[in-house]
Amino acid sequence: MFGTSFWGPTSPWSEMERLRREMNRLFASFPTISGARVAPGYPAMNVWMNEEGAVVTAELPGIDPEKLDIAVVENTLTLSGERKPLELAEGDVYHRRERGYGKFTRSFQLPFNVEANNVQAVYEKGVLRITLPRAEADKPRKIAVKAA
Amino acid sequence: MANENELNIRETEKQEIAETGAERTRSRLAFVPRTDIYETNEAIVLLTDMPGVDESTLDITLENDVLTIKGYVETAYPEGYGLAYGEYRVGDYERSFTLSDKVDRNKIEATVKDGVLRLYLPKAEPSLRKIAVAAG
Repeated sequence: MFGTSFWGPTSPWSEMERLRREMNRLFASFPTISGARVAPGYPAMNVWMNEEGAVVTAELPGIDPEKLDIAVVENTLTLSGERKPLELAEGDVYHRRERGYGKFTRSFQLPFNVEANNVQAVYEKGVLRITLPRAEADKPRKIAVKAA
Repeated sequence: MANENELNIRETEKQEIAETGAERTRSRLAFVPRTDIYETNEAIVLLTDMPGVDESTLDITLENDVLTIKGYVETAYPEGYGLAYGEYRVGDYERSFTLSDKVDRNKIEATVKDGVLRLYLPKAEPSLRKIAVAAG
């Protein structure tokens, strides 16, 4: 690992640095057991796509849909909201606290511009589904090839 | 954690069920739903996050002292679309709790709203009986 390589002598430090970078790269691209990546923020999102647009789904249990804010600017979707903490009466005690509370914001960039007027969002059973149609001007066009 | 008031990344990870003893008959993914439990003067309240579950796909049983919650999720993938980027997996939910004697088993109430199950377990009247000891 140390010593002289094809490219000339390398110091152990640069070699270590290279290893560290390599490890970071490996872990960053490493999918979890079944293929789902670890979400970089809350909520986790699944993005479905075809030529007509995209569908984004997110699991957001126990959220007031009135207070969910969905904004679309060009190709960026921003989702923000809040899950209110429980209000416990005096004398009540927690035995277990695993659910999270608080504010969240997530932005997601799509590979196309969105027809912002036709975005639809449905919140059902704690699952949010946003349908984002692709802007007409941004759709792929078939180009016919003429024989010369 | 940077901010106490912010939902953190940990929240997005679902814990898969570890097989213990009996195997599941449905060959689907199953997760342990996140649960809050608190106790008031009158009851023990359980709140469980089960996105994708409603009253018709929820199965709650009480056997001996064990309360089991099962939620079945129908995976409704958008038709005509292909998954381009996936951060979470969809599956059933399953979790069991052992109840203490003080719960009145006949008065348990369960409601589900927006993918959150709320179980209300009222405490039973104390059944302690004092036995007076007479002087002999």
